[in-house]
Amino acid sequence: MPLVELRNVSKIYRLGEEEIRALDDVTLDIGEGEFISIIGPSGSGKSTLMHILGCLDSPTKGTIRLDGVMIEKASARQLAAIRNRKIGFVFQFFNLLPKLNVVQNVELPMIYSGISGKERRHRAMAALEAVDLANRAKHRPSQLSGGQQQRAAIARALVNNPRIVFADEPTGNLDSHTGDAILSLFRKLSQEGRTIVLVTHDPEIAAVTPRRIEIRDGKIAIKVDLTLAGLDRRAASAETAAVPQP
Amino acid sequence: MSRAPSATSPEVLRHSWAQLGISILAGVREIWAHKFRSLLTMLGIILGVSSLVAMSALVAGMEKGAKEALVAIGGLEKVRIEPQGIPVEQRHLSDQATGITINDVQALEQSAPLVTLLSPEMRVFATLTANGKKFRPWNCVGVWPAALEMNEHVVEHGRMFNELDDEMARSVCVIGTETRDELWGSPETVGREIIPVGETIFINGVPFTVIGMFQHYESERDRKERLLTQSQPGQPQAVGVIRNQGRGRRRGNFVFYLKNATVYLPLNTVWMKFRSGASQIAISYGGASRTITGTTGDPRLSGLDTKLASVDVLPEALQQVRNVLMCTHKGIEDFTFRTQEDWAEQINTFVHNARLSGGLIAGISLLVGGIGIMNIMLASISERVREIGIRKSVGAATSDIFTQILVESVVIAILGGLVGLATSFALVNAISSFSPTDNAPIIKVTALAVAFAFSVLVGILAGIFPAIKAARLNPIQALRYE
Repeated sequence: MPLVELRNVSKIYRLGEEEIRALDDVTLDIGEGEFISIIGPSGSGKSTLMHILGCLDSPTKGTIRLDGVMIEKASARQLAAIRNRKIGFVFQFFNLLPKLNVVQNVELPMIYSGISGKERRHRAMAALEAVDLANRAKHRPSQLSGGQQQRAAIARALVNNPRIVFADEPTGNLDSHTGDAILSLFRKLSQEGRTIVLVTHDPEIAAVTPRRIEIRDGKIAIKVDLTLAGLDRRAASAETAAVPQP
Repeated sequence: MSRAPSATSPEVLRHSWAQLGISILAGVREIWAHKFRSLLTMLGIILGVSSLVAMSALVAGMEKGAKEALVAIGGLEKVRIEPQGIPVEQRHLSDQATGITINDVQALEQSAPLVTLLSPEMRVFATLTANGKKFRPWNCVGVWPAALEMNEHVVEHGRMFNELDDEMARSVCVIGTETRDELWGSPETVGREIIPVGETIFINGVPFTVIGMFQHYESERDRKERLLTQSQPGQPQAVGVIRNQGRGRRRGNFVFYLKNATVYLPLNTVWMKFRSGASQIAISYGGASRTITGTTGDPRLSGLDTKLASVDVLPEALQQVRNVLMCTHKGIEDFTFRTQEDWAEQINTFVHNARLSGGLIAGISLLVGGIGIMNIMLASISERVREIGIRKSVGAATSDIFTQILVESVVIAILGGLVGLATSFALVNAISSFSPTDNAPIIKVTALAVAFAFSVLVGILAGIFPAIKAARLNPIQALRYE
């Protein structure tokens, strides 16, 4: 069974008389351990797709199954719990809380899953070590560079050991060098077995992932499926190696 | 980091107390991050709480003072019978109206068992002369020795006149300290206490011997202050420097002043010396006023104090007295009752009103404080839309955000409430230093508790709306918010 199953999902917004189909009858499977990019120009509906996949939004039509749970039937509280336990988000603007220091930011998801203070600190430090940022634990986000902030955000996304990580334009606010470092961090995480969904408008970044889905006008335009759902690791690495490195 | 994410069920997480603790901590941190803003916000609550406490303390002080005064004039069991103008329908019988006389006293003694004590009074409008000075006391009356008990007087020096003095109509009198202060000087001015027992005093020109003096009556607060100044040795008594201590000294409660300005003469003496001959005596009591042409031995009393067996039988006792008097007065209603209960009721009404209006004003200021909190919370959440979006994206449930905002507002209110309680003591001191009443405010624990509880309530109420607003934010829009 795939980790994520989307069946005929539509998201329709109404602006007065007008009906806007942000997502139109999308069917999609994401398997365990896949490294996949969702690509599309702005306004194509890729963000809507990510929000629905990430349980931040619910579809107008269709069904979603995440890790065996029917999402469209879940209550708001259950959705919050799913976001907390099964999903990690990485955003373009890092979205760290400026008033908290790095380790407190990383602890944030665990606060809402009711983990004790000692355990929180321990796991947050481990997550920071995994992204090589343990030495900045006591710094405020404003004292960090963009790349460091994004690594802190990745640590936060991973700290609750989620089933799937969504990264929305994770390099969009970084210079190309730092962006590459972040991308290789994602690649490393993917090799460790994480399921990662990269949302971007940039085909060059999308080229990093073995599997690409292009969204156009709310529909899946092409399915690039070079590697038989990304299960073949060697093919995946071959694909990523083919990306021209600046 | 270990892989293999656990397949935990999406069961809703139970909210532990630990999470509430974290929310409180976050609230305090938020307040600490905006110290000045929070202080301004708290100010409304601080003022509300302290004015609530101060108001209650002032009213409690006044109530205590009024009750003290009530006891000083003889308690609730005391009922005074006074002459009254004859009602319109009985005007044609006015030549038969006798007024209140000793006859009534004797009739009541025999026929009104619910009356335990009777004290007739015959008032003299007197000018006292002694030691080359003049004084017009408030209350110069001819009484029976029973008046001592009736009006809670205590003779500190000398003695009260007795039945024999009354029977023989001796020219003796017992005076209050105010008379002594006026004629011979008060202890504060002279530096020693003069006890004028044995001195001769001229009342409307008639010589009387002072045989006793009452103790000095004062409110509890005045006594404490006096004892305090006495206990400080070495303080110069400032003889002659302070102008006219007799009157300039704080009089304390007016009731106590009046009680001190009392002169008691034997009833028979008054009757014989002042109510005989062709003297004209103007008597005015209450609203009614009339002139009695003093023919020989005018027997009318200016008042008759009665003490009842108990307050519980007040209506029955009044009926009894009324029956007896209606009989002796041949049905002419030329008397009226004045009970202390009226006064007690007035005190209660006053206290109730003062409490209500003061509470209302303090409540309004607390309300304003609450509005201030709500305002600042709304401003704060619109500043933190993005933060709320982030918290939601990492798994904060609607209720978590609700709790967080509510806790912040309650923490502000609680801190404000605590500071308000502390300030209330200062406020009470400040008010009592220039308050017109002489009743020391009393801060009650219940008032503190009520004020604090109200501040917490205001915090909760003020926080609910902003908390709902924050909790309902759409996470996607909140994350996009700049």
